[in-house]
Amino acid sequence: MYFDSIGELLAMDGHGPYVWFCYGITALVLCVILFEARRRRLGAEQRVRGVVRRKQASANKAKGKE
Amino acid sequence: MSIWTTFHKWGSPRWFYQFSGRLLPWLGGLSLLLLIGGAVWGLALVPPDYKQGNSFRIIYVHVPASAVAMGAYMMMAIAGAIHLIWRMKLAAMVMKAIAPIGASLTFLALLTGAVWGKPTWGTWWVWDARITSVLILFFLYLGVIALHQAFENREAAAKACAVLVIVGAVNIPIIYWSVEWWYSLHQPASIRFIGESSIHPTMLRPLMATMSGMYLFFAWAMLLFTRTEILDRERNTRWVQDIVCSGDKKPESRSVL
Repeated sequence: MYFDSIGELLAMDGHGPYVWFCYGITALVLCVILFEARRRRLGAEQRVRGVVRRKQASANKAKGKE
Repeated sequence: MSIWTTFHKWGSPRWFYQFSGRLLPWLGGLSLLLLIGGAVWGLALVPPDYKQGNSFRIIYVHVPASAVAMGAYMMMAIAGAIHLIWRMKLAAMVMKAIAPIGASLTFLALLTGAVWGKPTWGTWWVWDARITSVLILFFLYLGVIALHQAFENREAAAKACAVLVIVGAVNIPIIYWSVEWWYSLHQPASIRFIGESSIHPTMLRPLMATMSGMYLFFAWAMLLFTRTEILDRERNTRWVQDIVCSGDKKPESRSVL
């Protein structure tokens, strides 16, 4: 490690807040992208299930009429 | 296999969905490994810059975010052109999938750039050519997202977005060469494809790690968003219904994303 202690690593000669903020916000934005991907996937799966349910319901109705 | 057969195969949403599913774990694992490894390397192992001190370590997140934001836009423009010329449905889906990821990365580039600017230039923001053209890139991405939502008809939305994206592509060379063409506070490129890079190899190696990690992350996220778009648009097809419903019966076989 370039720094002698964890304290020095965090402080970075006064640049710590700028550097750590940038790394933190990068991690946060990348996590938000992945969460959004997950949220959209679940939404799309729900819509597919809706189509299947409607198809089954109309098939059952047709059977009932017979 | 002829080039046209390959082109048509790649254009099939079903084939793309199945093929991309095999790539996802590799892209995800490798991107996180490179991003985390490169970040630790850049934060703790390399020496500080002789002029900027430790604030230079922001380069390991700022440059990859900026480069991928620009690369993503070019890819979106190519997808838009493919959609307009060959009416390929998948290209429209890729274009739609890239917009939110590109917008997030451009936001990241602007924010980390502003935070880097304060200790280096003494200001968070200047209206110079590089920074303003990246802000325009951010608005272009937001424009594509808004345009997609403004249309009821998917085909009309894709066509309008493709035109906007292709016209907006003129901004990419402007961003790239802005630091050469106009007087700017922003430093010129440190990595050069032709000639010697101005960055020392000890500082360059972690940058290569986070840069390739960010490109792989983008590819991973782009595939995840495109696959969801495929499920959504093809929800009336049997194969999509089988994928979703077979996941319901066997919960252990469902993918996390």
